[in-house]
Amino acid sequence: MAGLTLASPSAERGVYSPWRETWRRYSRHKLAVVSAFLLLILILAVVVGPFIWRVKINDIDILAGMQGPSLAHPFGTDDLGQDILARMIYGGRISLAVGLAAMLVSVVIGTLVGALAGMSRGAVGHGLMWLTDLFLSLPQLPLLLMLIYLFRDGLKQVFGPEGGIFILIVLVIGGLRWMPVARLVRAQFLSIREKEFVEAARALGASPVRQVVKHILPNALGPVIIAGTIDVAAAIIAESTLSFLGLGFPPDTPTWGRLLYDAKDFLDIGPHWALFPGAAIFIAVVAINFIGDGLRDALDARRVI
Amino acid sequence: MSQYVLRRLLIAIPSLLGISAVLFFVLALAPGDPFSELATNPNVPPEVQAALRARFGLDDPIYLRYLHWLSAMLHGDWGFSFVSRMNVDTLILQRLPTTLYVIGSAQILALLIAIPVGVYAATKPYSLFDQVANTLAFVGFSLPTFFTGILFILIFSVTLDWLPFVYSTDVKGTGVHWVLEMIRQAIMPVAVLGLFQAASMTRFVRSAMLDVIRLDYVTTARAKGLGQATVIVKHVMRNAMIPVVTLIALQMPAVFGGAIVTEQIFRIPGIGSLLITSILSNDTPVVMAVTFVFACLVVLFNLIADVLYGWLDPRISLR
Amino acid sequence: MLDKEMRSMIVDVKDGRMDRRAFIRRLAAIGLTAPMANQLLAIGGVAMAQSPSPYPPTKRGGGGPLKLLWWQGPTLLNPHFATGTKDQDGSRLFYEPLASWDVGGNLNPILAAEIPSLANGGLTADGKSVTWKIKPGVKWHDGKPLTADDFVFTWAYASDPATAAVSISAYSDMTVEKVDDLTIRILFKNPTPFWANAFVGAYGCVIPKHLFADYKGAKSREAPTNLAPVGTGPYKFVEFKPGDLVRGVLNPDYHMPNRPHFDTIDMKGGGDAVSAARAVIQTGEFDFAWNMQVEDDVLLRLEKGGKGKTTYATGGDIEFIAINFTDPNVEIDGERSSIKTKHPFFSDPKVRKAMSLLVDRDSVKKAIYGRAGRTTANYLNGPEKFVSKNTSWEFDIDKASKLLDEAGWKLGADGIREKDGKKMKLLYQTSTNGPRQKTQAIVKQACQKAGIDVELKSVVASVFFSSDVANPDTYPKFYADIEEFQIPMTQPDPALHMKRYISSQVASKENKWQGQNFPRYVNKDYDAAIEAAETEIDPVKRATLYIKCNDMLWQDTVFIPVMHRLVVDACANTLQPVISGWANRTDNIQDWYRTA
Repeated sequence: MAGLTLASPSAERGVYSPWRETWRRYSRHKLAVVSAFLLLILILAVVVGPFIWRVKINDIDILAGMQGPSLAHPFGTDDLGQDILARMIYGGRISLAVGLAAMLVSVVIGTLVGALAGMSRGAVGHGLMWLTDLFLSLPQLPLLLMLIYLFRDGLKQVFGPEGGIFILIVLVIGGLRWMPVARLVRAQFLSIREKEFVEAARALGASPVRQVVKHILPNALGPVIIAGTIDVAAAIIAESTLSFLGLGFPPDTPTWGRLLYDAKDFLDIGPHWALFPGAAIFIAVVAINFIGDGLRDALDARRVI
Repeated sequence: MSQYVLRRLLIAIPSLLGISAVLFFVLALAPGDPFSELATNPNVPPEVQAALRARFGLDDPIYLRYLHWLSAMLHGDWGFSFVSRMNVDTLILQRLPTTLYVIGSAQILALLIAIPVGVYAATKPYSLFDQVANTLAFVGFSLPTFFTGILFILIFSVTLDWLPFVYSTDVKGTGVHWVLEMIRQAIMPVAVLGLFQAASMTRFVRSAMLDVIRLDYVTTARAKGLGQATVIVKHVMRNAMIPVVTLIALQMPAVFGGAIVTEQIFRIPGIGSLLITSILSNDTPVVMAVTFVFACLVVLFNLIADVLYGWLDPRISLR
Repeated sequence: MLDKEMRSMIVDVKDGRMDRRAFIRRLAAIGLTAPMANQLLAIGGVAMAQSPSPYPPTKRGGGGPLKLLWWQGPTLLNPHFATGTKDQDGSRLFYEPLASWDVGGNLNPILAAEIPSLANGGLTADGKSVTWKIKPGVKWHDGKPLTADDFVFTWAYASDPATAAVSISAYSDMTVEKVDDLTIRILFKNPTPFWANAFVGAYGCVIPKHLFADYKGAKSREAPTNLAPVGTGPYKFVEFKPGDLVRGVLNPDYHMPNRPHFDTIDMKGGGDAVSAARAVIQTGEFDFAWNMQVEDDVLLRLEKGGKGKTTYATGGDIEFIAINFTDPNVEIDGERSSIKTKHPFFSDPKVRKAMSLLVDRDSVKKAIYGRAGRTTANYLNGPEKFVSKNTSWEFDIDKASKLLDEAGWKLGADGIREKDGKKMKLLYQTSTNGPRQKTQAIVKQACQKAGIDVELKSVVASVFFSSDVANPDTYPKFYADIEEFQIPMTQPDPALHMKRYISSQVASKENKWQGQNFPRYVNKDYDAAIEAAETEIDPVKRATLYIKCNDMLWQDTVFIPVMHRLVVDACANTLQPVISGWANRTDNIQDWYRTA
């Protein structure tokens, strides 16, 4: 199975640095490029949006409640007459930041635990799988309530109200979602570490770290990228449930997940209320997915582009 | 192999004990009160609420409560619900059949969609079929079940009036009529949950297949003149199955644990809704029993997955 | 007030010089309504009119199935263990009390042959005993006769602390004795003006001695009847799945004529209020859904061309914002919000008044409660005879700002008021609940306009209402500046409702925060008025005292009443339920029927 070596046909084309090579391959993936652009626009919109669309997020005008999209309110209003566009711009910062950061946390922890468990034999491997099993069986709601009870005030004092809550949320969401990644990575490792090319590397005296980083991990990344992109969506939604428990941002913070949740009972009266945040989450998820796909293809040396 | 399984089972005992201890401490430390509903009732002075807490041992030290629980569990006593004032095992057994039926069907549906769609999409990456399947998958996991559930209700129950949206455990009728009614009322919850899980699973299957399908031995197999179907099924799928088996093993305990949101929306009296009401009312014995069984299943399916890895890829050495 | 005049009127009615209805009309003119008038007459020695409930069906059964939807299903069926109304509602299908409260807040005899009064000798002038006559010929579902022994047993059962009954306080401070097979006498330790608590309403349900006798006290949890109730009610027990389903079937031996109307009864649990409303109003899968805590806009939309409607009943439930009189940010002896501290700005009555001016009750009603609420300035909103006419409220940001200026809180550079370097920032907490979070948003906006910075916080209900001493987020701990929730009135009498706020009840570390006075309000006049009302047998004087208490709470701005909430349910167009704002939904279930 010579094809399993990392020799890439494209290497013959000239002298490229690996990064430029990756970029060249990435840029061939049209959807991925478009998606990266789309994500950039989304991020830009929520960052500079408030300076352009200057409607306040909590201006209540009950008489103007539940209006569909109009010039005054391009995305319509909710039942209290608050402007949905302004709320989405504001909430988008939090949703995107939480989604991406929590995804990173879960992917990093999951990959680390999975890789360690996959490489080590004996006690460490068993111990890490025990930890994974433990986290999988923990009922999340009581755990969250316990965390709020134990840490909320402390964190608030150390990091300040906004920063503290952001860190707590990211850690909590990421910290409760890494287990599938760990199991997937471990399973991949168990299989890949026995493959000929790894054995060859081993025989050539590659250190375990080198074996992992250079040979095993790149081949195990497929499921990790998929899990990561799914986690972004899950984290955006999970954030909204946290604020119900008093753990998240204050209840009047209009994050995308929260907007979608608030809108659900008004689905037949004002579909616009759910449509826009739902679409925003969808666009973010699709963009991140295609970026993931593009990255994978770019990093997958076997694929000829 | 059997020696390996035996050893893993032996290791499982202390590890489950450890998990049970952690679970118990988390539940005990989590704030709340099974009698909080009494709080605003002017007819019930707070002393009564406090006296009830004391009577049910909620004010005892946690380690003592854990030891009580453990010794009772070893005697086969699952505990006694504070809120329903009945035995926990009765409560759980009452809800088990519904959970197995609805959540189990949803998992089967998810697999039936995800595996063929994922495999086919991977054989023709970036074809029209692949693009459509991917887009639908993205929609599937961007929209939470609390949202799709209501959407389904609005379309199929309210507007079209085809399906009931309140799940009944007491379906009237006998024979074929009963079977049809049971199927009819399960369509929406099974679809909502099944499609949600199929969405992410499809992505995993597709990705796993893509990882393998480009390998040289597959090309070799094709070069030998084997048909496309044979190549895919015999050579690619088996090797792509490792992540899929991992995912299924991750999902299986949920067949017992239920799906909290879906069960709430469609009023399915499954274990998920028992769990959430028990958590919200701090009915610790029930929560503890459900999560402990769940933990046992997590450990068990992890073991099964490991055994399956060895079968799928004989080079994996199980130690 | 009007004391003499009223007394002479009562005598007139008694002697037949004045018609009962004319009397009620006269009282209505001065703000007292029918329930009050009736109780006045009862104590004044006039037999209470049996509350009329039109009930057209002329035979038992034939109404088909009755399908009820409770979005929180009953989790147990012993009325004396019932923690929430959902459990009381489930048990009430099978068990019955001597009397329950009807739509007007009057006593409606169920197992009682008649309602005790001075005239029939049931009540005594000293208010220390009540004699109830039991309806003859009532049978338990297993065929055994109902006797006075069952009532005496129920009292002994519920008042035994080892039983761990939640109804214990309804049966303490009294003894119950058997006079004859069909008569019991309740002897109170102290004069008890509100005598209709034991054996009345939700916790008043009588349980059969012959099935529970072996399971009193510590063994109470083992009673098989806990799960398979045997009562005297209109429906016989068939099946129970906790949290999911209660089923019953018509009781052919029921003690009221032509009742019940329905052949079977199903009570399904689970889900949420909005989809419950859909199942009744839009799709008609169910006949009746309980407790529609849903924005009125949603309900209005559902009702357009639907198969059902919403129904409303008035009680005394009050949604309010309570103001903390102590400082939640200073810790003294391991306790925040200690009575030894003073709130940095709410200790100033002007600031409390200003806060009250910032609650836009009209907007809250328009945006959230709609038909399900009434704006009010009173903490005590019923029964009508206890409702003060001396109070008022308004929403005026400018006026509030002026008051705050006067109090020395000037606008700072950042738009937030400050005084002596202290910023006017407040923490506003409530339990997690859609309408409450919206009220928070509305109040917060007005506060911001007046230069008050508001941080919102919501706590899960099971934590907020917990008696867990270790938890900082419970409502009695009140580690916030203001908090919002609802206190229901479970019976048409204000005694328990108003007693909470006497000084000795201040919640503190010392009493493990079991003191019910969570705002930590201290007012000697209030204490004195409550003490006087507790033993005041004269109903008119008693009502005056409670009105005075309400006015003190208003004058001192202890509470900012947000909404007097009505009981809202969803109901099929053909169903005729009988719902009282003073009782649980199923308390008059025997009188429900369906029109063709």
